[in-house]
Amino acid sequence: MLEQAANPLVEALERQPVDPTALVIFGATGDLARRKLLPAIYNLAHDGALPERFALVGASRRDLSDDQFRGECAEAIRTFSRRPPDPDVLAAVLQDTHYVSGGFNDAALFEALAVRLDALDEEAGEALSRAFYLSTAPSFFPAILQRLGEASLNRRKGAEVRVVIEKPFGTTLKEARELNRRALRYFRETQIFRIDHYLGKETVQNMMALRFANGLFEPLWNRNFIDSVQITAAEDIGIGSRADYYDRSGALRDLIQNHMLQLLCHVAMEPPVRFNAEAVRNEKLKVLRSVHIPDAAMIADGSVAVRGQYTRGHVDGENVRGYLEEEGVPEDSRTETYAALKLSVDNWRWEGVPFYLRTGKRLARKVTEIAVTLKPVPHLAFDRSGSLGIQPNQLVLTVQPNEAVTLRLGAKIPGTRMVIRPVSMEFLYDTSFLSQSPEAYERLIGDVMRGDAMLFTRNDEVEAQWEICDPVLKTWEQSDAPLPSYVAGSQGPLEANGLMAGEDHWRTI
Amino acid sequence: MSPDEARWTADDTNPDAIEAMLRELLLRAHIEDGEIAPARVLNMIVLVRSGHLGAMLERLAGVGRYAASRLLLIELDRDAEHLAADVRVTAPERVGGDGTALVRETVKLTVGECHMPDLRSIAASLVVTDLPTLLWSPAAERARVQPLLALAQSVLIDSLEGDNAAAAFTSALELADESYVVDLSWLRTTPWRERLAAAFDRRRDALDRITSVTVRHNPASIPAGTLLVGWLASRLGWEQLHLAPTGEGLAGSARSARRAIELALDPDPGLAVPGLSGMTVTTDDGWQLSLDRGAGGLQADERRADGSARRWTVPGASRGEPGVLGEGIRQALLRDPTYVPALSLAAEMIA
Repeated sequence: MLEQAANPLVEALERQPVDPTALVIFGATGDLARRKLLPAIYNLAHDGALPERFALVGASRRDLSDDQFRGECAEAIRTFSRRPPDPDVLAAVLQDTHYVSGGFNDAALFEALAVRLDALDEEAGEALSRAFYLSTAPSFFPAILQRLGEASLNRRKGAEVRVVIEKPFGTTLKEARELNRRALRYFRETQIFRIDHYLGKETVQNMMALRFANGLFEPLWNRNFIDSVQITAAEDIGIGSRADYYDRSGALRDLIQNHMLQLLCHVAMEPPVRFNAEAVRNEKLKVLRSVHIPDAAMIADGSVAVRGQYTRGHVDGENVRGYLEEEGVPEDSRTETYAALKLSVDNWRWEGVPFYLRTGKRLARKVTEIAVTLKPVPHLAFDRSGSLGIQPNQLVLTVQPNEAVTLRLGAKIPGTRMVIRPVSMEFLYDTSFLSQSPEAYERLIGDVMRGDAMLFTRNDEVEAQWEICDPVLKTWEQSDAPLPSYVAGSQGPLEANGLMAGEDHWRTI
Repeated sequence: MSPDEARWTADDTNPDAIEAMLRELLLRAHIEDGEIAPARVLNMIVLVRSGHLGAMLERLAGVGRYAASRLLLIELDRDAEHLAADVRVTAPERVGGDGTALVRETVKLTVGECHMPDLRSIAASLVVTDLPTLLWSPAAERARVQPLLALAQSVLIDSLEGDNAAAAFTSALELADESYVVDLSWLRTTPWRERLAAAFDRRRDALDRITSVTVRHNPASIPAGTLLVGWLASRLGWEQLHLAPTGEGLAGSARSARRAIELALDPDPGLAVPGLSGMTVTTDDGWQLSLDRGAGGLQADERRADGSARRWTVPGASRGEPGVLGEGIRQALLRDPTYVPALSLAAEMIA
């Protein structure tokens, strides 16, 4: 499109204009769409944040009429929206909701889609931008991308065409490269939005504000003052009804390859020159390329990577099954439900600072956090006796369940003796702002329609992430060593303690 | 901790005792429930005349999560000889349903004429240091508010509440010289400004070709209508603005660099709530866009030069007056540089 002069009306508006858009969701009757995407679209509508002209088109294999699909949308929104829907707003959204059915590898679906989209353009009297959201099983991604290209739905004169690709983006480096190749055959990189919903969370975005808008942290943010970084994404739930997906994925692919490496990037990146998509992603890519690729021998001996699988145990006071007893899981499955890595970022800033990453199902509780541990003070004049111990300062950024920043400090216990114990200085998001954070998907869908790729992963980032994880997966697949186990509701396999260097230890989940 | 659990009242007290009791109540609450955490977002000072406190509390009750973390309600009772206080520490909601309970502190003070010379020092003792402070005094005389201005970084007003729009704008401009002003009448125009910005985003060249703007408003909401036109004028560089009474509303004109623009403010008796009910913008090629309140959002009606017409709904939930007030409180934490230029031109238009 031709560059236009700046719109003088947008200054200071919180809700910036969004391109008039037809949003097509492939897999519109699936779980992700029902639980996250449709409620997010409703909430954008409720807040008046949808584009001036907007149409939602569901595409799926099930044979449904427009009205039947609208009924399913309404039910999903009533069930999963973060607020009860306003009937009038819901009706207005459903009025602009449509459905086309067909197989994702069937050219007829895309022909029908093209006809429907052209009709929507005709109705709007202008070419609506188009956003294709791939919310299907990953195996359909290549076919959908190809069919979109073959049906000439990848370009639109006078409007933008964007494609949103859900995770997982491939299951190996080779697959990711192939998927990138396929996507880039039909779409330009600027049209492709690889979604990682963690990046839509306020705390993750706030990490840049915390680091780069405060003079307090950045002078300490390097190997001279930081001892280690721990990134944890623990879940207390099991795999639920996702055995089919999870058993083929495992913990490393499910969370570390994407979310957790992105979190690592936010911790370790250099200040971007500008706060825009390319500048930020360039800095993240530099971090990923600085990560030392784990060595096969060290993976095999458990000194840089540990995996595990949960056995039956107790979570939240209830007996829960072990992974191999879960419905749909093969009884000889060697899929890891826990993965931990020790990574090093080989650059000037981070040389010698270990980055510990761990994730798992059926751990003691649900928590996602980044803990930055500072080096201990060089000399301590205080008497240690009678004290709980003087611990190094630790900055903890909690992503969930509550978004918070906590700084652990040493403080004197009231009394006549100089006895120190750790105390916490806590900043809870909800205590300090009047605004409610939008759901990550609301933010990200809005960004897609606006064409802002800052919170999405670029092709080279995805491949760099796979370059780190691929050797681990390959080594694990080739290993016939017994798979470590951990009791459901515990802290994970004991073997994970072997990753820790020196005095380091895992934070209690 | 139940909402009314921690409360302290006194008929004759002083700011130091009140402040000490706030700390005491908070500590007690924290000892009882370790998940209690004081919200530290915003101080809000509300100054009301005797007899208006109930109505004010009712309005504030509607703002929900946008409530200030410490609310200082000062009721002026000319005859009161003693400083009376009613202090409550409540935790009305938990984060995420069962997590941290956020404490809100409310201090109701009754002050008499004899306290007026010390009003500033009384209030200064009771706001949380380092938090931004918002001052709101609907319908109170300016002289009463003046001593408190130095405590506040923002002042909440509603141009609707003046004797007339011209006087309200003059007063708002004076206030804006001293403090950051959040005007509820301005906030009632927000959805309309957002939609106009979006409507012209793909036809930015048409902004230079606007030939008429008509705003439909609640009969009492001339300030909101005028501010909306003032905003367009300030953003688009219109000059020579004026509005004059017609039969029922106001009409006038402005000049852009290229042409004259007709302006009209039409009262809509059908709109029962304050604010705007619709607007129509026309460009020189015959394109016209009308936006009007409707079920589930704004009803858009577009007519093009070729005679074609389209209608659709732009979804959005009405915030209602409690939502506008809540937004006003939230805006105390933000800064909108477009208000004062719009206000200046709005004042010029109806001077």
